[in-house]
Amino acid sequence: MNNHRWNNPRNARVWKERLFRWAARTLTGLSLLVLVVLIGHVLASGWSHLSWDFLTHFPSRFPHKAGIKSALVGSLWLMGLVFLISVPLGVAAAVYLEEYNRKGPWSRFIEINIANLAGVPSIVYGILGLALFVRFFRLERSLLAGALTMSLLILPVIIIASREAIRAVPKNIRLGAYALGATQWQTIVHHVLPAAAPGIFTGIILAMSRALGETAPLIMIGALTYVAFVPEGLMDPFTALPIQIFNWASRPQAEFHELAATGIIVLLVFLLLLNGAAVWLRYRASQKIRW
Amino acid sequence: MKRFFISSSVTAAVITLLACGGSGSSSTAGLSGTVKVDGSSTVFPITEAVAEEFGKVEPRVRVTVGISGTGGGFKKYVIGETDINDASRPIKGKEIKKASDHDIEFIELPIAFDGLSVVVNRDNDWVDYLTVDELNLIWKPGSHVQKWSDIRPEWPDEPLHLFGPGTDSGTFDYFTEAINGKSQACRGDFSKSEDDNVLVQGIAGDKYALGFFGFAYYQENTDKLKVVPIDGGNGPVAPSVQTINNGSYQPLSRPIFIYVNPASAQRKEVAAFVNFYLDHAPQLVNEVGYVALPEAAYEHDRTRFAARKTGSLFSGKETIGLKIEDILKAG
Repeated sequence: MNNHRWNNPRNARVWKERLFRWAARTLTGLSLLVLVVLIGHVLASGWSHLSWDFLTHFPSRFPHKAGIKSALVGSLWLMGLVFLISVPLGVAAAVYLEEYNRKGPWSRFIEINIANLAGVPSIVYGILGLALFVRFFRLERSLLAGALTMSLLILPVIIIASREAIRAVPKNIRLGAYALGATQWQTIVHHVLPAAAPGIFTGIILAMSRALGETAPLIMIGALTYVAFVPEGLMDPFTALPIQIFNWASRPQAEFHELAATGIIVLLVFLLLLNGAAVWLRYRASQKIRW
Repeated sequence: MKRFFISSSVTAAVITLLACGGSGSSSTAGLSGTVKVDGSSTVFPITEAVAEEFGKVEPRVRVTVGISGTGGGFKKYVIGETDINDASRPIKGKEIKKASDHDIEFIELPIAFDGLSVVVNRDNDWVDYLTVDELNLIWKPGSHVQKWSDIRPEWPDEPLHLFGPGTDSGTFDYFTEAINGKSQACRGDFSKSEDDNVLVQGIAGDKYALGFFGFAYYQENTDKLKVVPIDGGNGPVAPSVQTINNGSYQPLSRPIFIYVNPASAQRKEVAAFVNFYLDHAPQLVNEVGYVALPEAAYEHDRTRFAARKTGSLFSGKETIGLKIEDILKAG
């Protein structure tokens, strides 16, 4: 008897499996293709302007003279400050919430709020930063105001990722440490945090990458577009890579659109370096865990 | 764990050091201090050009230029946060009141013309010109014009696709005031973008499109777009450096301004910057795609600034069709 293949439950299962695998592959390929096209387009239009001069010159109305120095240095400052502010705060908050805080309605309330904050549009943080840091604390349009605003923006991401990482550390580890007479502080510092470090680093990478590419909150607090000097202190005005790119892209002259592409290449390389450093740190941290 | 903190703080320190390493300008020129400019994105290229040139003469003066839009810039200016505001329209009555509440005054200085350009697709071979009445018919609130043939019966029976700047821009304010008689009064069903390049692309790719934006964007895209001469009552005139400068391109050419806080102008670096601005505007304005005012207008500007003459000659007044030097002279 030639039983119909489709009615055979086993064959249908196998077919579904194949179909799903095919669909998953196609979709992955499609998203990669979009990425390749985007990067290819940026490289094609921006590559010719990439030079040492581009990195070391200030912006100019002449496309061939214009450089990205003030924006690049501004972004470096900004990222350094955001890192110094948000990482200790975020990790400490996560440690408190996971290790010290008793579970209950209050902690659930905080948890929901942090999760919600992670989804708030960045422009809202810009408005908050403008009212709080720029106006109320009179920090004006300084690096410090920008870094504090950006730190607010990425804190929820760091806290959530760090909490997940800390929660994933097996309970036995803590109990073992306690059994040997360690205090809670010793347990956290010597066992929980090192074990959670790879996960925490992942969260920091994602958060810092987001902060690097954000434009809206910076424009809101009034980071500037034309700055022909590099900031020398926390209270100095500044500009950043995405703002400079945005400005070039919106100009009438086609040469500036190419400069915008060059700026995007610089931003991407910066991002890759930042992530590379973090991935290396994460790798080292994960090598050290031995139970 | 200690390692973790040490390595992360080392990373941060390195980042900070790298950031510091970039600085180190050493110069011995006269002035120092900061000049804070913010405001219109239309005026930005001019102020940027002036700041760039000024930086060569006075490298120790730090000039910062932001883009908050004319209105956004005035919000900062009227509470004394900035020294100079770039404006693509005159200051509004409400803004003047807010400024006086904070004891902020202003010196109003027109610095260039911008001619709004009405453009169509390169392949559009039927439009020879448009009258102001026809533009009003197309753009007025609740307009029934859906097809080209609704404007003139002999034009194609094809849908009309409209493109214009977003409603927050000074360009939109001025166009609607000049064409529809009231700022912001306009039909709502057109493709809007704050980025004029998007409008350029949209019109360049659509044979039945019509749109408007600043003259500089048309000048950079003459190969993709066709500009429509406008008949304001004295026959059709196309925007060009000449027709905008001599005032014959009406009513779509407008003066653009800087507003200087006289309290800031007491600081030497601000005064030097403004004087430099007025001296070099004619050349720099043309370089970045705008149209310079007649030389007499800059002369009046210099006199007004030297006398620190405050108040507005343009705010809330019907200046369409008037010669700019006459307005300034009367002030």
